[in-house]
Amino acid sequence: MTETPLFRYTLRLADNALVLGHRLSEWVGRAPVLEEDLALGNLGLDLIGQARAFYVYAGEIEGRGRDEDALAYLRDAGEYCNVLLVEQPNGDFAATMMRQLFYSAFAHPFFEALQKSRDATLAAIAAKAVKEMAYHVRHSAEWVIRLGDGTDESHRRAQQAADDLWTYTGELFEADAVERALIEAGIAPDTAALRASFDNAINDVFDEATLQRPGSGFMQSGGRDGRHSEHLGFILTELQFLQRVYPGAKW
Amino acid sequence: MYTQALNIKDMAAAAEDSAFDARFQSRVDAEEKIEPNDWMPDAYRRTLVRQIAQHAHSEIVGMLPEGNWITRAPSLKRKAALLAKVQDEGGHGAYLYAAAETLGVSREDLVEQLLDGKQKYSSIFNYPTLSWADIGIIGWLVDGAAIMNQIPLCRCSYGPYARAMIRICKEESFHQRQGYEIMVTLCRDGTPEQKAMAQDALNRWWWPVLMMFGPSDKDSQHTDKSMRWKIKRFTNDDLRQKFIDATVPQGQYLGLTFPDPAMKHNDRTGHWEHGEIDWSEFKRVVAGDGPCNRQRMKQRRDANENGAWVREAALAFAQKRRARAEAAARIAAE
Amino acid sequence: MTEKNWPLWEVFIRSRTGLAHRHVGSVHAVDAEMALQNARDVYTRRGEGLSLWVVPSSAIVASDPADKDLMFEPTASKIYRHPTFYDVPDEVGHM
Repeated sequence: MTETPLFRYTLRLADNALVLGHRLSEWVGRAPVLEEDLALGNLGLDLIGQARAFYVYAGEIEGRGRDEDALAYLRDAGEYCNVLLVEQPNGDFAATMMRQLFYSAFAHPFFEALQKSRDATLAAIAAKAVKEMAYHVRHSAEWVIRLGDGTDESHRRAQQAADDLWTYTGELFEADAVERALIEAGIAPDTAALRASFDNAINDVFDEATLQRPGSGFMQSGGRDGRHSEHLGFILTELQFLQRVYPGAKW
Repeated sequence: MYTQALNIKDMAAAAEDSAFDARFQSRVDAEEKIEPNDWMPDAYRRTLVRQIAQHAHSEIVGMLPEGNWITRAPSLKRKAALLAKVQDEGGHGAYLYAAAETLGVSREDLVEQLLDGKQKYSSIFNYPTLSWADIGIIGWLVDGAAIMNQIPLCRCSYGPYARAMIRICKEESFHQRQGYEIMVTLCRDGTPEQKAMAQDALNRWWWPVLMMFGPSDKDSQHTDKSMRWKIKRFTNDDLRQKFIDATVPQGQYLGLTFPDPAMKHNDRTGHWEHGEIDWSEFKRVVAGDGPCNRQRMKQRRDANENGAWVREAALAFAQKRRARAEAAARIAAE
Repeated sequence: MTEKNWPLWEVFIRSRTGLAHRHVGSVHAVDAEMALQNARDVYTRRGEGLSLWVVPSSAIVASDPADKDLMFEPTASKIYRHPTFYDVPDEVGHM
């Protein structure tokens, strides 16, 4: 049985949210200040909530009885279709905030557009997610500004994070055959049209942060088709271990 | 700290005055709340700072053994619930540090004292979480024991502490249920392997949990004064007994065996009696030789040190921005 | 290294019930924007509020507890400010 574009598309949205939410949850108990521990938890919970909604819907579309956990816990890395950006390691606090800024500066206008999808379920999930991502943009932007325009050390670390992660931003705006079919059907937004909004947001933040926006350069891609960086395998090893060791058990 | 100036003045003026002391005690006896700016005996202030700080540290260190399992939680529902719960504990730490700060200490100083080993946290968090069942046990028993301790604190004589505890108890109510639900799933709906996992967790945690209520009344140093000041309302042994009586039927429902051959129901008193607690283990773990003391402190110390550049950067940014705003205002005025 | 502490801010929340902002606790933050975000993340995880205030703790001026009698006692005797001080005949009903 071949999977439908809508299934594949929904799964991508779910995987993006889960993998990034998982990364943020790794911070618990390690944040630079107690208030930030709570903030990172909130960001992570937003994303895990989005992932669950998308997985449930993907399972319905597929119609083979897979629930959210079957999709999250029983697929191997090659079947995961998140973008490479979200699986990049947390690194230092600058890297985590930069990754969050890049992702949310894309996801916020994306969900804004997805609210108008002709698919009512995707539109409803997007309507909730758009508010969450607006806060993610604000929180990560404020931090990137403070780190960029803080001390010499924080500036250096923030610039390093931007330089390291920029290569993963191109994939956010790629549209393949799966996506083009859905764009034509009025289900998926055309991400190329979101580029200006992303660029403006990043430019504003980088200006205020006194950071150099990296040049266009080579853009990594492949995550959405299951070709990942080495990092995803380790994430799944941790995430899936109980489900794998005790097949079929309920938790 | 908005209370500090008044506190210092009052303490200097009234240090020797026992009339203040009597008046203070009569206010406490009348169940009046003591507020940050009110006169209070120095020893009352010290006791509160020590207790609230220890309580706050326990919340923060308590994030670690459970935080351990967030990335390995076996379903998305459990993952979200556990992340929310551990995050709540951070929140409770924040509320408690805020309450301590009304007494004229800073959170940074308290954290430093924790990291230097000068202040303690609950020893229960020096035990390892080795399986998913430990997450169930912590919610069911560790949070259950904590709630027993905390509910009376909602009526504590010190206003900010009591108010923080009211907020905490309200939020905590989901924690214990979350844990017990995990236990039910493992024990009643689970496979034999899962049930064995649950029994093993109970075997490891039961005695340390009973130690959470602190030394027996006959050996407790702080109880008398704390009771008189209405910081504490029940003795360690009373609370421990209350906890055991509430917990044993819950364990029986799960079909688990408590690792205490001497445990038996006393039909005359209606209480569950327990065997002798190994206080030498308690003292050893408090003194620093539990399975995870060093590991927990290292993780807290690492978080604090790794975050120093971030905290500095934020301060530097705020200073720059203030300086720029002032310069702009000067130019505008000229 | 002696690190400088982040300033303390008092947090007030207006809840859904339409009551005035109420003091709930404090947070640490370097500036107003982050104080608001921190207050949001620490004190409103369960839909507690619709509006937040943060105020630098150092900006709060408190009355001195030693002045309690002179500040607040004098009003105790002014019972004519309360509605129950006045008699209204039963026949008139509720007023």
